[in-house]
Amino acid sequence: MEIPNDLHYTIEHEWVRMKNNRATIGITDFAQGQLGDVVFVELPAEGTELTKGSPFGVVESVKTVSDIYAPVTAKVVKVNKDLESQPELVNSDPYGQGWMIEIEFLNSNPEQNLLSAAQYIEQCKDQE
Amino acid sequence: MVHNNTKDLKVTPLIDLHKELGAKLVPFAGWNMPIQFSGVLSEHICVREKVGLFDVSHMGEIEIKGKDAKNFLQFLLSNNMEKMLDGSVLYSLMCYESGGVVDDLLVYRFSENHYFLCVNASNSSKDYSWVEKQASSFNVNIKNISNETSQLALQGPFAKNVLQNLCDISLNDLPYYNFRKGRINNVESIISRTGYTGEDGFELYLSPEKVSEVFRLIMEQGLPYGIQPIGLGARDTLRIEMGYPLYGNEIDDNPTPLDAGLGWVVKFNKGEFLGRESLLKQKEKKEQRQKLVGLKLLARGVPRAHYHISKNGEPVGEVASGTFSPTLKTGIGLCYVTKESEIGNHLDVKIRDQLVPAEVVKLPFVPSRVKK
Repeated sequence: MEIPNDLHYTIEHEWVRMKNNRATIGITDFAQGQLGDVVFVELPAEGTELTKGSPFGVVESVKTVSDIYAPVTAKVVKVNKDLESQPELVNSDPYGQGWMIEIEFLNSNPEQNLLSAAQYIEQCKDQE
Repeated sequence: MVHNNTKDLKVTPLIDLHKELGAKLVPFAGWNMPIQFSGVLSEHICVREKVGLFDVSHMGEIEIKGKDAKNFLQFLLSNNMEKMLDGSVLYSLMCYESGGVVDDLLVYRFSENHYFLCVNASNSSKDYSWVEKQASSFNVNIKNISNETSQLALQGPFAKNVLQNLCDISLNDLPYYNFRKGRINNVESIISRTGYTGEDGFELYLSPEKVSEVFRLIMEQGLPYGIQPIGLGARDTLRIEMGYPLYGNEIDDNPTPLDAGLGWVVKFNKGEFLGRESLLKQKEKKEQRQKLVGLKLLARGVPRAHYHISKNGEPVGEVASGTFSPTLKTGIGLCYVTKESEIGNHLDVKIRDQLVPAEVVKLPFVPSRVKK
């Protein structure tokens, strides 16, 4: 299982790649492995405002359905349109081509309450 | 992401081999079973296009022997035992007096004094008690042989090619829903041309001591044909595409066989049997409270068990089993509706807060390719 060091994580298995006042968000390798083959991803429209901790999208795999939670309070500035036709990118490249949304932070200290890679690894161990 | 205590679960003799093959294990009907190996989609497609091997050793087996064996089964089950020949297999239901279903099962006939039933893992002990209880006035011996029987299913268009290289009976001479005793590389086995996928294939009953050896042999022999081990996830998506019922979803102690579209295995003309009176009453009154139909989604989404179905805002039923169909690449569901069951009707499935349009279609969703 791959958990890159340079990302932030949530206990609901989202990853956050920060860059200045923006960030890219997706679900982790652990999450895609638990879900199995992803067949649909529902994402919000550009411009949508997200509240930290609230669901902003849905991942449907063959066997199950799971909400995706907003790791931070933010505005959606870009959505990964490729996932409409190739939802399997979430399985094959969760931290790259399988990214879901790009956001602009609406609060300060966005990394507050997010987990480091080391903290996230600990939490996955408990769930395996 | 649920962690269950797996310590109390039963395991099949293949558990270590499954782990070695990278299986993801989940609790199912009291067993720790592989839900997937490489992934449900690729396993599903492998069975449709090539060949796959399933460990279904969790299934239960009940042996019925004795002078009254045939008459007893004729009373116990809804299908007609008169038509069975030695070496044949019959799908049947076992019903309560109420007409509800105790279980659906396969009947294997060695002779009119010797049969065995293959039953669902989830119902195995309930079934055994039920069968025992009904047998009091018959001269039969009933034995739960589940612990001494392992089962594999080899399914897919190349299943015959793979197995023929390993067994000593001619598979060309083994018609659909027939079985023979044979040897698979010197391991005694019951070889049955049956399955739960809609593809040609075989179900093999053999000793738990030998099942790992045979599993490895088949995987090795199947290598040039692209064989993969298949988990319970793909077993479910394959059967849903075929419209095959699963106990606990489409059939249960409440919906009757007539509700479930299984009237074809209820033989009213064969004489007295458990559930006959109630079912006959339902049939004569044309009292179909609900009907099982196939729904194909016309937009994105995956229907799942218990999702609500409506027509112009009025509730008409709910989903019994649903999935994304790997063959059709769309959401499909087996659904109970109280009306609007005609083919071609448009209904709505409520998926979270959205109504997704769907069409009533003929079953199976995907044409069956079993060798009739």
